[in-house]
Amino acid sequence: MIVADRKSLEEILAMVKDNKKILIAGCKGCVTVCNVGGLKEVEILASSIKIARKKEGNDIEIDIEVLERQCDTEYVAGISETVGDYEAVISLACGVGPQFLSEMYKDQTFYPGVNTTFFGGATQHGVWEERCAGCGTCAIHNFGGLCPIARCAKSLMNGPCGGSSNGVCEINKDTECIWDSIVRKKMEAGRLEDLLGVKGIKDWQTARDGGPRRSIREELVQGNI
Amino acid sequence: MRLSYSADIKVIQVPCTGRVDILHLLNAIEDGADGVYVAGCLEGECHYIEGNLKAKRKVEYVKKTLTELGIEPERVAMYNLSSAQGARFAEIANEMADKIKALGPTPVKNTHAA
Ligand code: SF4
Ligand code: SF4
Repeated sequence: MIVADRKSLEEILAMVKDNKKILIAGCKGCVTVCNVGGLKEVEILASSIKIARKKEGNDIEIDIEVLERQCDTEYVAGISETVGDYEAVISLACGVGPQFLSEMYKDQTFYPGVNTTFFGGATQHGVWEERCAGCGTCAIHNFGGLCPIARCAKSLMNGPCGGSSNGVCEINKDTECIWDSIVRKKMEAGRLEDLLGVKGIKDWQTARDGGPRRSIREELVQGNI
Repeated sequence: MRLSYSADIKVIQVPCTGRVDILHLLNAIEDGADGVYVAGCLEGECHYIEGNLKAKRKVEYVKKTLTELGIEPERVAMYNLSSAQGARFAEIANEMADKIKALGPTPVKNTHAA
């Protein structure tokens, strides 16, 4: 899923400081699963903002909505009748949400309430880790199913750098050296030779380096299936 | 056993403090409560295993939120006692009431107070 962290209350309060009536829009997709933008978090943010504004003696009216998905025009269209009732909208979806909203409702101001960080998953309750960098040419089968693009600090393709120490990456003692894990896994399976072939230079054009990406499924575009 | 405790305390009963939610605490502050505390069972003695530990983490979350908003985090608290400790219940109620009185009224002004 897409993982995000909520922005600080200070930052969010500054965004809406001149507004008296706002909407907070959550999303039932990834941000609900990573506990940052679902109904619960929307309600907590609304209450926190109201407390802050009452403290200042400057009340604010806040309504809440949780869209099925903010990355889908069909659901974004669901607030068309009410979106104009607000001075601003805070979206707690990943960065896609406030953009789809901004594109559909050109006169409204949408603030991102979260910092979208990576594609990953929860490794334990409350801890999320990065697993994929969306490079556009997946090759994890060459690395024992572990991604050195997203998980090696240097995105090395042909083995660890000299900074690998006891399974830990040199950038920080809390970061595992994924190359250590890849090699160890292959050794345990008795298949170290799988890693011997030199990987050619990676074509980064399918990644962000090739500019904004677009995925077209002709059969769907034509409405055939 | 008849015990008296501060009349400033309004008691809301829940089956287990695990039922207490971050929003209950925030909404109390939002609605103008000067303070709010959770009185749970002793740690390790939750009938539902860890309801009181969950409540403790929620109280910590709300304390952090209040701190971010420039409000004294002491306005929210967690206490643990057993249901057999009536005297301790009264003591905690008075202790919390005194603590809040020392802090003074909430800075969260309720302009449309009911
Ligand atoms: S190889 Fe590319 S697509 Fe596959 S997991 Fe790694 S970053 Fe993601
Ligand atoms: S120590 Fe390991 S994970 Fe860190 S940069 Fe070097 S090879 Fe990559």
